[in-house]
Amino acid sequence: MCRTVDLHQAVLAKNDENALALRGYLGDRGTVAVNLLSSPGSGKTALLERLLARAVAGGTPAAAVTADLATENDATRLARSGAPVRQILTDGLCHLEAGMLQRRLEGWLPEGTRLLFVENVGNLVCPASYDLGETLRIALASVTEGEDKPVKYPTAFGLAHLVVVTKTDIADAVGFDREAFLGGVRQVNPGVPVLETSARTGQGVDALLAHVLRCAAGEEAHVPVLARQHERYLHSHGNGHEHPRADVHPHPGARQAGAGPGGEQERARGQER
Amino acid sequence: MHELSIAVAVVEQVEEAVREQDRAVASLTLRIGELAGVVPEALDFSFGLATEGTALAGARLLIETVGARGRCEGCGRETPTGMPPVLWCAGCGTPLTLLSGRELEIVRVTLADEPLDARKTVDGKGVGPPGGKGADDGPRPAPSGLPVRDEEASHVPHR
Repeated sequence: MCRTVDLHQAVLAKNDENALALRGYLGDRGTVAVNLLSSPGSGKTALLERLLARAVAGGTPAAAVTADLATENDATRLARSGAPVRQILTDGLCHLEAGMLQRRLEGWLPEGTRLLFVENVGNLVCPASYDLGETLRIALASVTEGEDKPVKYPTAFGLAHLVVVTKTDIADAVGFDREAFLGGVRQVNPGVPVLETSARTGQGVDALLAHVLRCAAGEEAHVPVLARQHERYLHSHGNGHEHPRADVHPHPGARQAGAGPGGEQERARGQER
Repeated sequence: MHELSIAVAVVEQVEEAVREQDRAVASLTLRIGELAGVVPEALDFSFGLATEGTALAGARLLIETVGARGRCEGCGRETPTGMPPVLWCAGCGTPLTLLSGRELEIVRVTLADEPLDARKTVDGKGVGPPGGKGADDGPRPAPSGLPVRDEEASHVPHR
């Protein structure tokens, strides 16, 4: 007879564990990570350049990691701000994972770094699924991209703690429908704060930095509706145990769900409820 | 197309879970929520690639999809969120509580009857792998040869 093994474990449990460890690593150093998600060409790098320069000028130790499939162009641009910057080349991979980020930070992240900006691969689909141990996740969209971006990419915008509109200096020229955009944001992520910025004019850059600093100081970030179910996955795999994986002691045989008193299995099943 | 990375994560976890069983995997059941950000068809395609040369090679992938539902804590209404999701209550404007839709879970695996090695040496009579001198030492806890291929396969999408 065929044997069935009940697993009930999150597919991304490994990444979630790595993210949890990374969150601890950053926390011990007093560093707060900010994960920036957007499509290619939305102006992430230009805005981050301004943001870093402003942070450095204001005396906040900030650093950045930028991920791309190829070239170190973004790291070169960001380094002009005077902040320490590192490039991650994903070699074709469409997103960053917590383990990749951790490896890049070890041995490099300067002592005393307060803010660590992580510019994810330009992509609104895949990066949304991976927790990078960040305290703040920001989804960006430029005014040139179309107002329906949030509803077209509900996971990316739905899991964001903050939504940032970029390139607002040309909003009128391109006929940006602000109300439609905000309606879409509200649909997939009710209550999320939205900030409008322009890297060219500097509009909103100070407000954005202030928002990030408030979160770094412990002010509670917005909790998206989508993240509430997602959080349970994180918690069911991160109860502070050294290796909280359900697969350590699989129970072979036709075991019914709920029959096993084992803590590992019980904990893993918790995510279903 | 992160479905390939997802498929590799599935393969790694399942291999780890069934390693001691020394059995091939006959089928695997995943539960995927409507709002998990994973396309079942793309995952199915990636699964074939990710399982090559592993204990899951040839395994049947069964996907249970879970519809996204939310409940309004204000007026108690419970509704499907739709796609793209509407995550606030049309009745009273309160943000919903998400009840389901974000699942991305390995539910269970079914193991084949025959040992992993017997399946590899199809028409032989289960003779050990090349260089099987250690075969006299009795059953080995770690399947010979397999882990190497497993490692290689798992790294393909990261390149």
